[in-house]
Amino acid sequence: MEWANSILQGVLTGGLYALFAAGLSLIFGVMRLVNIAHGDLIVLAAYLALVVTQTLGVDPLTSLALVAPGMALIGYGLQRFLLNHTLGDDLLPPLLVTFGLSVIVQNGLLEVFTADSRRLQAGGLETAAWPVMPGLSVGALPALQFAVAVAVVGGLQLLFYKTAIGRAFRAVSDDAETAELVGLDNRHVFALAMALSLAIVAIAGVFLAVRANFDPSIGPARLIFGFEAVIIGGLGNLWGTLAGGIILGVAQAVGAKIDPGWQLLAGHIAFLAVLAFRPEGLFPRVRH
Amino acid sequence: MTGTSITRRRAAQLGAGLVGAPALLRLSPARAADDVIRVGYVNALTGPLAGFGEADGFILEQVRKILGDGIQSGGKKWKVEIIAKDSQSNPNRAAEVAQELILSNKVDLLLATSAPETVNPVADQAEANETPCVTTNCPWQPYFFGRNGDPAKGFKYTYHYFWGLEDVIAAYLAMWDGVPTNKIVAGLFPNDADGNAWGDPKLGLPPAFDKAGYKIVDPGRYQVMSNDFTAQIAAYKKAGCEIVVGNMIPPDFATFWGQCAQQGFKPKIVTIGKALLFPSVIDSLGARGAGLSSEVWWTPSHPYKSGLSGQSCKQLCDAYTAATKRPWTQPLGYVHSLFEIAIDVLKRAKDVKSSASVLEAIASTDYKSVVGPVKWTGQPVKNVTKTPLVAGQWRKAANGFDLVIAENKTAPEIPLGGKLEPLA
Repeated sequence: MEWANSILQGVLTGGLYALFAAGLSLIFGVMRLVNIAHGDLIVLAAYLALVVTQTLGVDPLTSLALVAPGMALIGYGLQRFLLNHTLGDDLLPPLLVTFGLSVIVQNGLLEVFTADSRRLQAGGLETAAWPVMPGLSVGALPALQFAVAVAVVGGLQLLFYKTAIGRAFRAVSDDAETAELVGLDNRHVFALAMALSLAIVAIAGVFLAVRANFDPSIGPARLIFGFEAVIIGGLGNLWGTLAGGIILGVAQAVGAKIDPGWQLLAGHIAFLAVLAFRPEGLFPRVRH
Repeated sequence: MTGTSITRRRAAQLGAGLVGAPALLRLSPARAADDVIRVGYVNALTGPLAGFGEADGFILEQVRKILGDGIQSGGKKWKVEIIAKDSQSNPNRAAEVAQELILSNKVDLLLATSAPETVNPVADQAEANETPCVTTNCPWQPYFFGRNGDPAKGFKYTYHYFWGLEDVIAAYLAMWDGVPTNKIVAGLFPNDADGNAWGDPKLGLPPAFDKAGYKIVDPGRYQVMSNDFTAQIAAYKKAGCEIVVGNMIPPDFATFWGQCAQQGFKPKIVTIGKALLFPSVIDSLGARGAGLSSEVWWTPSHPYKSGLSGQSCKQLCDAYTAATKRPWTQPLGYVHSLFEIAIDVLKRAKDVKSSASVLEAIASTDYKSVVGPVKWTGQPVKNVTKTPLVAGQWRKAANGFDLVIAENKTAPEIPLGGKLEPLA
């Protein structure tokens, strides 16, 4: 039963990783942009949510109504006025620019919010749990987090395959130049993709902030699990990203059960094993 | 190149100016340099350790105001210039700025605080470059043994004051003594410098707890920034642990403490080092912050006074809160005391421009600071002296939380605020 509980918690933690990863996966899929500042943007969203909850007195989940559009706006501007200029045949300029952005966001947050460790209070949500059976209990927050991760990935999938903007995303992803020839404005499409990515970042940020403390320097440490989930699942495949997050979470839970020192190691080993035997990821993007 | 293009001649002029500038700069203050004492100070203002440097701005302003136009030393009036540098919580950066302070700024005395990551590299640079150095805010074992110190020989240029692991153990045990438990303790130690030292099966907490009749359940070192503590919680529940002890960073503790509630693990006592030092962290835990306990280096209710500003601990905290609108923090007292000691040393040095003379003044320090008396007597080892450590519990107060001192056997002069109350 202890094992079952460990694995169940691992699956739920995987939902959090998938939330971290979905935004990364999206922009990599659309414009081959690796966003090193992703983790810091998650923390930025957490701080925005902190400001909204404190000024309006609403609970963190409600604050998303403002934080998600806010982050989306930031994302649009960021892509349109900064990152679009770095895109090209070379992968290095966007890497360097987002790395610089990561430093700027961290120090900007430190300047405004100080180094205090902060957290969002969500009433009793953090501690509520349903005991499924003796020895097996599901926390309300991890369960909600997992459900939201599934909904986000499902929603993105629908958007990609059922809507006009999704078609545009797929078109610029397949062949950006041809897409422009047929009348798509790539700069706008890329900016929309980044806006969507940062709206998801807002959701990830709020969950992160309700779950545990955050401070301005915490972003990069959270980013690595997002990257690993994307790679394990296969680049550009959204359901794969969710699966990648779950595999990572379960690998860590199993590692921790054997010895807590192996927790992160087990996750990294799962990641390296995928890289070694299936470098394209478990569920690489299907060609359409 | 478009618009304002730089011509070759303009570039040459600029270049000549740049090359010439340092010589000009060096010329003008050269005369004044004779009567200026330079004190270098390294702390973490950015990065994960930034919490330790939060009060620095306030303290430096206060110290500079008190110093005014200078101090008397060796029968002469000296201006004191404090040059503060940020370690960015990075040991390499700390070593780099220490070197800069020693070699470029030519400081007469070097100070550093906040965790082995800042203190050790700065002290190493000072030792290598033969510059007197005083440090604090880092338990003495990682400071001394982390720098490969030999207790028989010690160091020559570097001195340190703070408490050690043995004080943590004594304070925790004394605090738990009054609460009836089954004496089964859950150990939660990360795989970092502090966690490995605390959890060490030979030199850490486990053997000392064994001796005191406590049984420690230690599932092994976890990685910092872990997202899942299910395995540990299961092990603790199985063993029936009623006490949790550990050394964690705030995000890890918040994750762990949230999962404890979700998994139905309800210990009677939770005493965690490092994570629970700052009031802001306890505030961030909400109602579940009440009743947690921790080691206490310094509080507004400590019975000491600053020899520099004359402020009591309470007055220092109140001044900080008034100036910054922020709650007091434990490093506030220690950083303030570092400057107290530095200024005391500089006043007593026979020749402040001679490192041997400054060193002599440090070694003969006998000072009553805002964190307690500081005097290097060779105990516990040469170059290290200890300041008092007690343990306390966070209690819900009218606004926010109060840190109540729940044990003072280890330092009886610090008034007791109450007894440890088990968690509901």
